[in-house]
Amino acid sequence: MGHSAERSAGANVLIGLSFLFAAAALVVPLALIFSFALREGVGAYFDAILKPDTLHAVFLTVITAIIVVPINMVVGAALAWLVTRFRFRGQQLLVAVIELPAAVSPIVAGIVYLFLYGNQGLLGPAMQAIGLQIMFTPLAIVLVSLFVTAPYVARELVPLMRQQGTDDEEAALSLGANGWQMFWHVTLPNIRWGLVYGAVLTNARVMGEFGAVSVVSGSIRGQTNTLPLQINLLFNDFNIAGSFAAASTLALIAVITLVLKSLLEAWERR
Amino acid sequence: MAQHRSKHLLPGFGLSMGISLFYLTLIILLPLAAMLLKVAGMGFPEFWRIVSSNRALAAYRVTFSSAFIATIINGVIGLLLAWVLTRYRFPGRRILDALVDLPFALPTAVAGLVLVTLFADTGWYGQFLEPNGIKVNYTQLGIIAAMTFTSIPFVVRAVQPVLEEVDVDFESVATTLGASRWQVFTRIIWPTILPAFIGGCVLSFARSLGEFGAVVFIAGNLPGLTEIVSLLIFIRLDEYNYEGAAALAFVLLVVAFLTLVATNLLAAWQVCYVERKT
Repeated sequence: MGHSAERSAGANVLIGLSFLFAAAALVVPLALIFSFALREGVGAYFDAILKPDTLHAVFLTVITAIIVVPINMVVGAALAWLVTRFRFRGQQLLVAVIELPAAVSPIVAGIVYLFLYGNQGLLGPAMQAIGLQIMFTPLAIVLVSLFVTAPYVARELVPLMRQQGTDDEEAALSLGANGWQMFWHVTLPNIRWGLVYGAVLTNARVMGEFGAVSVVSGSIRGQTNTLPLQINLLFNDFNIAGSFAAASTLALIAVITLVLKSLLEAWERR
Repeated sequence: MAQHRSKHLLPGFGLSMGISLFYLTLIILLPLAAMLLKVAGMGFPEFWRIVSSNRALAAYRVTFSSAFIATIINGVIGLLLAWVLTRYRFPGRRILDALVDLPFALPTAVAGLVLVTLFADTGWYGQFLEPNGIKVNYTQLGIIAAMTFTSIPFVVRAVQPVLEEVDVDFESVATTLGASRWQVFTRIIWPTILPAFIGGCVLSFARSLGEFGAVVFIAGNLPGLTEIVSLLIFIRLDEYNYEGAAALAFVLLVVAFLTLVATNLLAAWQVCYVERKT
């Protein structure tokens, strides 16, 4: 582009302003998390992380992500295949419905589940009658997590698959491949980075979800508390060191997410 | 047309349609229907009484005005960042680009915890602001700060790809024809990126309206002063006032739906604009 050779004074001012903003609004907050988490030494840090309640919150958060991310990868790939490879009635409506969960407040996401499986919900009483409790259990956390991240994988795959077109797949079929062979050997290699990228974003959102989970989990200590809820609980107990220790684990995942995202984008460009 | 033809060629229509509909029904539509039934069951006068109560009106005012200010801030900063990231090559550009996504990757509860600590009276920022009479924690400023932080990436990520597409040749031609740099910006660049810019602002506004995790840490949550709609819904749930919660949640759902319609229209406008130009 050749802009860099003769960069004007104005350009330098704009670049400087950007770095100033990024430092104040992004770098300093990130530094603060780790600084506060480690303020009382590494020993105190690990003591705070290894408290049974916090450890259980880590466990629950990881389990939720392990269940939700693969499901949304499969469904996201199916949705993207459907939307980019076929034309059918109600297609626009389908796309709008997938997008709705990401556009709505997480509190609303929690509430809709409460009105389905809660005590006064649509199916709650009938399910309780046969001894099935969903609200305030880890299952409810999994369900709202599936809800809030519904569009994440499809959103990455749809533009990618639309741009790639169907030539490769049609060639595979005309050479005698069956549907599954075509998918494993042609489609999947073409979309793998987009799929991984979608999974990384889904994972970050699932592990960090607060609003929706706080409605449906009941926040029972040592039972249905995920990490973000645990941070809030420790903060309300004035246990600042503990809440920053818990927060630092999620911040670390956020940093890894950003690094993976940059790498995946670089690979995709190749 | 090509896609229509492929309907007969490519396999997997039934399977992908089946998976998609099963998931959409079970995970999205069924819960939404349960809430809509709840709202429909309460009758309009009751619904209206809840959504137009003084406390609800105050919550709308706080939420919408804060989200509006946060969106303006993010509009200006987003434009600056998108411009700098696409137009200049400088050391640290890749890192700056990656950092922009931090608010999406960082859980909102962590963001809230960090902001309330930064702006505390002894905090890294608060110690300089408080002596000058600027109180952020437990005021509307705190809500604005939380909303601004959590929606930083929207405008940048909306404008960036469009800005990359703007033909640099047009600009050099305009410059050789004697246009000033300001004229090039207002006549050529601005009209091209406008739909994407507004689209990014709409998403940023929608996200701010729904933001919960970051705001509850820093807002202080005083009814009428720093109580946002999402929090009021949460409080109604805690009081076992399910109708109150359902009615207010319905309001947020409608706003979210309208946002979605607006962004889709803007995307269509963007496509029209690009096609007309070429």
